[in-house]
Amino acid sequence: MGLAKESQFHVLAVDDSLVDRKLIERLLKTSSYQVTTVDSGSKALQFLGLNEDDQINSNQPSVSVNNHQEVEVNLIITDYCMPGMTGYDLLKKIKESSSLRNIPVVIMSSENVPSRISRCLEEGAEEFFLKPVRKSDVNKLKPHLMKTKDNNHQKQGNKEASETTEVPPPPPPQQSNNNKRKAVEAEGLSPDRTRPRYSGLTVV
Amino acid sequence: MDSAVLQLQRQLSDYKSSLYNEGFLDDQFTQLQQLQDESNPDFVVEVVSLFFEDSERLLTELTKTLDQQSVDFRKVDAYVHQLKGSSSSIGAQRVQRVCIYFRNYCDEQNVEGCLKCLQQVKNEYTLVKNKLETLFKFEQQLLAAGGSIPMQ
Repeated sequence: MGLAKESQFHVLAVDDSLVDRKLIERLLKTSSYQVTTVDSGSKALQFLGLNEDDQINSNQPSVSVNNHQEVEVNLIITDYCMPGMTGYDLLKKIKESSSLRNIPVVIMSSENVPSRISRCLEEGAEEFFLKPVRKSDVNKLKPHLMKTKDNNHQKQGNKEASETTEVPPPPPPQQSNNNKRKAVEAEGLSPDRTRPRYSGLTVV
Repeated sequence: MDSAVLQLQRQLSDYKSSLYNEGFLDDQFTQLQQLQDESNPDFVVEVVSLFFEDSERLLTELTKTLDQQSVDFRKVDAYVHQLKGSSSSIGAQRVQRVCIYFRNYCDEQNVEGCLKCLQQVKNEYTLVKNKLETLFKFEQQLLAAGGSIPMQ
């Protein structure tokens, strides 16, 4: 009932390896997810609208209601070993952010280090995949994504939550209906657009 | 069915099997092929091409880094780690294996060992590159003859 495009989940994949980005993108797309890939943790944070220090503007990582499938991120999957900001660092920053902490995060690593795995899970990662990642791993993402759809409606969220599985989408201008967050510029989201969100990214 | 097509199919299938049997490719390559379909018919070639580009870059960097008066083993290790990762992601098993030994020599800060491994990994890389290019050529031939590539 008109939910086709809007109900597509959007996954942000973070990996410094070109080969692995290509692979994860394909894997996610075969599960019909919309995918954005970035090559670093800092670019991921940029994309999510988070500055180094979780400021007010991070309340709205999404752009506008009308294009909510564009920047709303439903899950982040990140490599662990990356130069600069590791996947663990990224995970921490996300969980420390009031606007982003509800986004499920999955870590991938080529190394099977139990202490690393437990550290990530303790920090709030939903899953830890060993590379190379397979279809069977990607299949495990669904429940985590479904959970966030519910969260959007019940809690203080970080996304425009105008679609649900039960109710047809409300008319666009009322994004503050379902979202209890302290949305400052409700309608005037254009300032957010000036952020250099899309540099060096592959949005597909 | 066209006997030429059958022959080409057989050639392709035999060649592919040999690559697995000789350890050049492992199951991850099969996984890649399963991700390819009519909407993404060139996926495998594309990923493998990225692997070639990436590997060549890494091998060049490794050569340079190991050629220094004072070798920066952390850099060497970082490059080998990347090469190990990408070869693993496409199923280039023999390349991946050499990388494992390579990293051990890095940990030991053993230049000689590293240089030996560098040579070995270059050899393995060249081999798998040739093999894959041949494989893709066989596939092209089969497609050109009107056949379709069987799923392994």
